[in-house]
Amino acid sequence: MNLSRTLATAGRVLTQIRHDPRTVVLLLLVPSLLIGLVAWIFSDTTVFETVGPAMIALFPFIVMFLVTSITTLRERRTGTLERLLSMPLGRGDLILGYTLAFGLLAVLQSSIAVLFAVTVCGLNIAGSIGLLVAVAVADAVLGTTLGLLASAFARTEFQVVQFMPLLVFPQILLGGIFLPRDQLPEVLQAIGDALPLSHAIDALTAVASGSEDDAYVVGKLLAIVAWIVAAVVLASLTLRRKTP
Amino acid sequence: MEHVVKPPAEPAVSVSDLHARRGSRQVLNALSLTIPAGLVVGLIGPSGSGKTTLMRAIVGVQIVQSGSVSVFGQPAGSASLRRRVGYVTQEASVYDDLTVRQNLDYFRAVLGAGRADVGRVLEATDLGASAGQLTGSLSGGQRSRVSLAVALLGSPELLVLDEPTVGLDPVLRRDLWALFHRLAAEGTSLLVSSHVMDEAARCDRLLLMRDGEVLADDTPAGLLAATGTADIEAAFLTLIEERE
Repeated sequence: MNLSRTLATAGRVLTQIRHDPRTVVLLLLVPSLLIGLVAWIFSDTTVFETVGPAMIALFPFIVMFLVTSITTLRERRTGTLERLLSMPLGRGDLILGYTLAFGLLAVLQSSIAVLFAVTVCGLNIAGSIGLLVAVAVADAVLGTTLGLLASAFARTEFQVVQFMPLLVFPQILLGGIFLPRDQLPEVLQAIGDALPLSHAIDALTAVASGSEDDAYVVGKLLAIVAWIVAAVVLASLTLRRKTP
Repeated sequence: MEHVVKPPAEPAVSVSDLHARRGSRQVLNALSLTIPAGLVVGLIGPSGSGKTTLMRAIVGVQIVQSGSVSVFGQPAGSASLRRRVGYVTQEASVYDDLTVRQNLDYFRAVLGAGRADVGRVLEATDLGASAGQLTGSLSGGQRSRVSLAVALLGSPELLVLDEPTVGLDPVLRRDLWALFHRLAAEGTSLLVSSHVMDEAARCDRLLLMRDGEVLADDTPAGLLAATGTADIEAAFLTLIEERE
């Protein structure tokens, strides 16, 4: 591990993205637009009060997962990954560099999403907005690190696109958005409780409704951070310097 | 940087009984050879003869079945070699969405080379005028020179160049060969692959490859004398006919 190589990598990824302004705009605004659409759909009901916080967890998570996995896959296909791995760059330096770069974008994206949900869509937040943003950012970073893990496994764009339904959809289905998790069959409930996105949905819902104290939310936040660390470590170990 | 003075007898690369496959195809079968230090060694052969696989094995990014490859006395791909070996793949391995200078700045940081190195390699590859341009907007020949410039960063002791002159205009090709010889005169060892026979005459030594085997390992003059031919192409044909 080497801090200056990690930072150089993060800076390089951000410079690449800066050369593509349309991607930056899409990245920062798409989750907010989708949250706005959900709020609009349920405008004559009270449903948005219930699912709104979950939407703040969902959309940034999916967008960051996709963008990260495609970006790193492109690095593999253009041969720059192989070149980097033949240089004195630690595998962890590369993964952490990507995490930092997209983490910074996640901070912006999630802050915009929370601001939009509260001010434009009228989502009521009983708890602390700061805590809400912290969970939302951790959740988007989680999407990034799972995307890194997926692309460390995948060899082609097609495989990455398949990892999306494989890794992301079950988390949405079992996260308690469609049916509260305590009403799921026992096995599914146990799986759902363990999945990383569930922690984010629980935490955001708790902050919004004020149903739990801050210690509960911080506990959930730590669980998300543990998943982030696990995904970074696993992705670093999965990268191979030698290929067939 | 401090260079240990080595006895001239130590080869840059020695390969012994190497077996390697690409996909399901056995490309290298019991290959053994040595590459002397401080010379421009040409790896000449038709496409599909195993040149790239051999080069990948020397750089340490190729999974091999058996046999050994050592570079400066250490196993290929060792962490301590990652600074000492520069590698240029056939396809330019650079970031299209960064400028030439941004590419070089990033790889320089990864290699831990001095800042002045960027200017040096820009000059060596005659890219100074396009330093501020996006790499993706350059011509194919310019992009491959950017890839070469990256490999020159940090002044590696061994340069492995896979078809570095494909698609370049004759003047540029001549300049690059002059650069290769200048580097060799300064003590760098170079392994340069080509399927163009007229480039063979520009090398200090030649390795002629076909079907994963080395047909000849000689100086250009020695090869012509041994086969009684007037040019390298004829010498290659004579060697193939002698085998069959």
